[in-house]
Amino acid sequence: MLSLLVFLPLAGAAAVALLPRHRQMEARWLALATSLVCLALALTLFAAYDRGGEQFQFVDRHQWLSSRLAPFAIQYMLGVDGLSLPLVVLTAFLTTVAVLVSWDVQLRPKEYFAWLLVLETSLLGVFSALDLVLFFLFFELELVPMYFLISIWGTGRRIYSAWKYVFFTFFGSAFMLVGILALGLAAGTFDMRELQAMGPLREAVLPAEAIFAFLMVGFGVKLPVVPLHTWLPDAHTDAPTAVSVILAGVLLKMGGYGILRLCLSILPEVAQQASLYLGAFAAASILYGALATLMQDDLKRLIAYSSVSHMGYVLLGASALGTVGLVGASMQMFTHGLITGLLFVMVGLVYERTHTREIRNLGGLAPHLPYLTVVMVFAGLASLGLPSLAGFVSEATVFLGTFPKHQALAIMGVLGVVLAAAYILWMVQRVFWGEPRRPWHGLREAVAWWERVPTMALMAAILLIGLYPAVLMDLVELGVRPIAERLA
Amino acid sequence: MESVNLVGPILVMLAVAGALLLADAFLLPLLGPWRGRGTWALAVLGPAGAVAWGAAHAMAGSEGAAFQGAYTLDAFSLYFALLVAAVTGAAVLVSPDYLGEGRHQAEYYALMLASGAGLMTLAGATDLISLFVALELTSLAQFVLVGFLRDDRGAEAAIKYIVLGAISAAITLYGIALLFGATGHTSLAQVREAVPAALAERRPVMVLAFIFLAAGLGFKMAIVPFQMWVPDVYQGAPTPVTAYISVASKAGGFAAALRVFVDALGVEPLAREWATMFAVLSALSMVLGNVMALVQSDIKRMLGYSSIAQAGYFLIGLAAVAAGDPQWELGTGGVLFFLGSYAFTNMGAFAVIIAISRHIGTDEIADYSGMARRSPLLALALTMCLVSLTGIPPTAGFVAKLYIFNAAIQAHLVWLAVLGVVNSVVSAYYYLRVVLTMFVGEPAAPGEVRPTPLLGAVTAAATVGLLVVGIFPFPLLEAAERAAGALI
Repeated sequence: MLSLLVFLPLAGAAAVALLPRHRQMEARWLALATSLVCLALALTLFAAYDRGGEQFQFVDRHQWLSSRLAPFAIQYMLGVDGLSLPLVVLTAFLTTVAVLVSWDVQLRPKEYFAWLLVLETSLLGVFSALDLVLFFLFFELELVPMYFLISIWGTGRRIYSAWKYVFFTFFGSAFMLVGILALGLAAGTFDMRELQAMGPLREAVLPAEAIFAFLMVGFGVKLPVVPLHTWLPDAHTDAPTAVSVILAGVLLKMGGYGILRLCLSILPEVAQQASLYLGAFAAASILYGALATLMQDDLKRLIAYSSVSHMGYVLLGASALGTVGLVGASMQMFTHGLITGLLFVMVGLVYERTHTREIRNLGGLAPHLPYLTVVMVFAGLASLGLPSLAGFVSEATVFLGTFPKHQALAIMGVLGVVLAAAYILWMVQRVFWGEPRRPWHGLREAVAWWERVPTMALMAAILLIGLYPAVLMDLVELGVRPIAERLA
Repeated sequence: MESVNLVGPILVMLAVAGALLLADAFLLPLLGPWRGRGTWALAVLGPAGAVAWGAAHAMAGSEGAAFQGAYTLDAFSLYFALLVAAVTGAAVLVSPDYLGEGRHQAEYYALMLASGAGLMTLAGATDLISLFVALELTSLAQFVLVGFLRDDRGAEAAIKYIVLGAISAAITLYGIALLFGATGHTSLAQVREAVPAALAERRPVMVLAFIFLAAGLGFKMAIVPFQMWVPDVYQGAPTPVTAYISVASKAGGFAAALRVFVDALGVEPLAREWATMFAVLSALSMVLGNVMALVQSDIKRMLGYSSIAQAGYFLIGLAAVAAGDPQWELGTGGVLFFLGSYAFTNMGAFAVIIAISRHIGTDEIADYSGMARRSPLLALALTMCLVSLTGIPPTAGFVAKLYIFNAAIQAHLVWLAVLGVVNSVVSAYYYLRVVLTMFVGEPAAPGEVRPTPLLGAVTAAATVGLLVVGIFPFPLLEAAERAAGALI
């Protein structure tokens, strides 16, 4: 079942690619159908996950690469737990959103949708792989579709940004690969379940601290952690709207997920030593990201920098090494995916109508674009952590979890929320209210169905989690409990 | 007779080579306009017969020493015999589309088969004398092949190849002579037994011997600092010959090096010394090959430098052989598996280059602009090959790199593994630049580019092969490990 979910998008991509050249409309529908079926499958798994059962469920396991010489085997093993299942659902959901918001892509649509689906397979694979090497494989696979999506369908300095993205990720994963191999060698297995149950490493090729640091570099690039974040504003800004949605909504979570799944739960002793450093990096990301956001003049770049700040909360929650902080961190991953996804969709929709993203050229849009204004304000409020919306739940949990452990850092984190309120409200005010800088005659909203449906769905999800967090939180708690026990 | 059966695959190649020359004088002219095709059809029989005979050996599991131990058929020599025969076959298959109806075709194919026979002998040579004879047989044939086109570039390449090749042959011979002088034997097995005594009495001679042997064989392996001929020869030689040299000849060099160093000189504490040397050469090859490849504008030249870098990755395995002595085979297996996957990858890449350059008439990367729209399938195939060379999943190159870096880490060569991974990042730049040119650029000229059925078939076989090895590596891996096990 899980394998079907992971590889269905790949099959869909192949089908889309094989369609005759002039069948562009069919390509869209086929991509949408594939992503919807995946979403349905993901939701089925979410509902079918036995809350009282063992940690990893829906496990698919086959021997994949066994070598007579190497002292371990590499398996094809997929499975999900409370930590990864929400991210699987998020991936399926945001890919559907991404397909819808790119309905209007006119440039080589067949290839575009095919790559989008390939991307979905690699993301689902990352979150459901239970073998370290398989995890790495999916982690790398994601580069290929991303590279094409940014460099062909992007805007601005798209080729430069695609390169920068590939380089940073590849550089980070170089370290990660060495860390993974050293870890597997020291433990004699790449099986995450066995690794989780293991005691402290002995006789490693590299000291456990070095393995931890190598893995952190890989995930730190992805998350991103300041100062490894510089690829992010470029890639987000120049990627097409749907890709920005997935990039911010799901790809960044690969970093957070990796930190929780590998660094914290496999190397808990080192994590305890590193707790303060992680927290400090997190606070730096939150504050630096927020300050940088304040200074942005490009609407999309602004949202991009706000992601740096918001992903800092994930690391902050993780650095507390307690159940509450970890729940907060994983909730933050999910809610940030929804909220920032929505924000990027909105930026894309505004851009399509105004043909500019420069905040100084915008202004006074509210009377012309009432629906977009409402949704953007909603998303902005969710992003700055308004109670009753999803962002509040996760950020509050992060602070609750962090405060007992790192008081000063938690306070600095709260400062980030204040700054978030500033940059979001200021942005909304400058873009939608105030004096119009241009005569917006003939600016018509005309929200198409493929714009309305994903925005509505995202808003509904944000509201649902904001009002009734338990729908997700009990599952997440199940997921982080084993990690917290290891850390205790 | 038993000896003849054991060297059967080699004899087939030589017999067909001889038959080609004779038939060209008497029979083939009778075919009139079909002469070219007749020659080609006869030539194909050589590799086909060799592969069939080799497969029969593999199935029967036949092993043994032939001609008083001058040649040994074991899993190791069989692995290389099949590899070289298959690569020679592919090179023959793609040749007619490159050569057209030119003169001296029978000589061309005869030389190629003779060179292949030399390489096959090289892998099974268990005596220093037969090793040298095999080396000369393959080299002499290659010298003529490189200059086959008789244009300025080809002539320059051939002269360079001959002069440097002659020097390297002389150096190899010096090494053999020194080794014989120090140990009193030419049979590899006897040399091995005599090494400890010789090391105690004549240590400087032994060290000098292995340095000379490494230098001589390094020419065939195309590693730094014996790589000067590579870019010019790759660029100037007929492309099928370039493909052949880049894969088969390099494989032969590594086969000989493994035989000499692991089989004969793989004795502590000598092994530790040559392993250190190979680690340094590996680092140099990776760095220099990749850095030089970054600035190339001719795709054949670029692949020339890339092949130097790839040889550097292979050498990691050779360095790991001795450094990780409890598991000698892991490094050797890594080299063998890497060579196998590299064969698919590079043959595929060169087949595409032949198909494309037939149409556009140049090898400039800039002229590949927009190739994705002129020939989607060729562009896709070349992309897969370049992705495999970079080492991104799901291709053979990824598994190969994973395996060899793993061997390095097990052998406590963490610095070399890190350097290898960082080099892969650098290499992504120039490999993916070609991909970018093909997919993002505007077509340099109008019109579709269609491969001939033969080229299409070779390309498809190589591309499918590298994907299959990437996804189901086990059969090739098992064969490589069995071959590695035969060495000691």
